[in-house]
Amino acid sequence: MYILETKNLKKSFGGVHALNDLSISFAKGKLTGIIGPNGSGKTTLVNVLTGMQAITGGAVVVGGKSLHAIRPEELPRLGITRTFQDVRLFEQMTVGDNIMVVLTARGPYAALTERSERKREERVKEVLEKVGLWEKRHQLAYNLSYGQRKLLEITRVLAMDADIILLDEPFAGLFKEMVKVIVHIIGELKAAGKTVLLIEHNMDLIRELSDHVIVMDAGGLLAEGKPDAVLARHDVIEAYLGE
Amino acid sequence: MEYLIHLAVMSSIYAILGMSLNLVVGYAGLLSVTHAAFYGIGAYAVGILTVSHGYGFFGATAIGMACAALAAWFIGIVSGRFKGDYYALVSFGFNIIVFSIFLNVQSVTRGPLGIPGIPKPEVFGMLIRSNAQFLLLAIAFTLATYAVSQWIVTSSFGRTLKGIREDEDALRVFGYDTARYKRIIFVIAAMLAAVGGSLFASYISYIDPSTFSLNESIFILSLVILGGLANVNGSVFGAIFFILLPEILRFVGFPPDIAAQMRQVAYGLILVLLMLYRPQGMFGEYKL
Ligand SMILES: Nc1ncnc2c1ncn2[C@@H]1O[C@H](COP(=O)(O)OP(=O)(O)OP(=O)(O)O)[C@@H](O)[C@H]1O
Ligand SMILES: [Mg+2]
Repeated sequence: MYILETKNLKKSFGGVHALNDLSISFAKGKLTGIIGPNGSGKTTLVNVLTGMQAITGGAVVVGGKSLHAIRPEELPRLGITRTFQDVRLFEQMTVGDNIMVVLTARGPYAALTERSERKREERVKEVLEKVGLWEKRHQLAYNLSYGQRKLLEITRVLAMDADIILLDEPFAGLFKEMVKVIVHIIGELKAAGKTVLLIEHNMDLIRELSDHVIVMDAGGLLAEGKPDAVLARHDVIEAYLGE
Repeated sequence: MEYLIHLAVMSSIYAILGMSLNLVVGYAGLLSVTHAAFYGIGAYAVGILTVSHGYGFFGATAIGMACAALAAWFIGIVSGRFKGDYYALVSFGFNIIVFSIFLNVQSVTRGPLGIPGIPKPEVFGMLIRSNAQFLLLAIAFTLATYAVSQWIVTSSFGRTLKGIREDEDALRVFGYDTARYKRIIFVIAAMLAAVGGSLFASYISYIDPSTFSLNESIFILSLVILGGLANVNGSVFGAIFFILLPEILRFVGFPPDIAAQMRQVAYGLILVLLMLYRPQGMFGEYKL
């Protein structure tokens, strides 16, 4: 059963067709790896799915509903959340507040009367302890190391507890130890039945984590299937080597 | 003594202006340079309504706040389409527009002649006569503004404002209608600024457009930056410091007339030094 689909999805920047008639589907509760050479449209796909960039043509189908425009603020209702390839934290806020801010009331008038609350604070503690950032809770986000920053972004996603999680190169530039931590977290997300889209250039990680692999090239679908089968295909290897 | 009381009243008024602007600039991160417009709307509401329409101070103040809120709602919708430097430029524009309304709609505002003879407030049937009594009223309003500001910044709303300041697009992805938040805080700040204007009008008893020019907005912004962005106490400090600055200059030996001229230079110099050495201001928690 598919929880998220794109139907002839198009995204153009002037003359550049970053997404070119892309029709792909994501199975509920599975981890789909998305690979493809630089500039093949992977990040653009995530930006369009999360409403950060407007759809040029085609549609996104979420939970059976076909959408031609997505407003980012409705993502929690659609059950979608994401990380960013270029880590985006609330830099001049504490590590704790970076998590708290995704747990509080969305409506402005409710937010005005809302103070700190035990339940939310415990949730912040729970997710920060899980990733080992609890000790850093009072530090400003911009004081974290690169690896910790990547980790904090994933923690924010954990706190959101969405059903569909889009991860844009969460391992990029990380040391082995940190990779292990994030592999573990992704394992837990899978065990919890979340639908995960994982964009990643490291083929070993893709092989290890994916239930299904989608290969993008020039904004379109090049190949898809089981990881081992897809990664052995000549056209896939060529697309990567040819870049 | 009378002069000290005068300085204290002016500090209170600017503390109100500073704290309210800090909600917009320091917390929401919107570089608004139009605060004097709302200050002026509050002042003109009291001037016009008490002098020629028989309103009392508090009724006129409430109407002034409502007018400021309406203007801010409209300005917020338009300027919400801009970010960063463009936002600042658009806000300049609005200050200039409101200023020219004060100056040119003479049938209502008397234009450059200004409005003289604005009465003092009546509190519980008692007319405020002395400046000392007025100071008590001003302090009461300042404390109320302080309480409202603290209440906002310590709520979830306050944290969300900071998130908007840090990365609005990312915050939207987590489900916040950030445009709405920005409009609401802009309206709240404008209403508080209008209160500052009401106090000013009835305290000085004469207003004219020159008080509410772009320069004044820059002055308020400067005291907010000096005190510190995203720190309510800082704005109170900034207000007191900027009001006392001419006196300090006199105290360290500048002759009065030169001290008055030095003032502008000193304000400018302080801003430049801050940006160079302490961009978060004295007590600030956020760097521009
Ligand atoms: N905001 C934008 N404006 C103009 N062109 C863009 C924009 N964003 C992406 N593009 C173009 O769209 C194409 C796809 O870019 P995208 O970032 O989606 O690739 P990617 O697969 O994520 O690459 P990488 O592996 O390097 O992250 C590229 O040609 C890129 O230059
Ligand atoms: Mg990318």
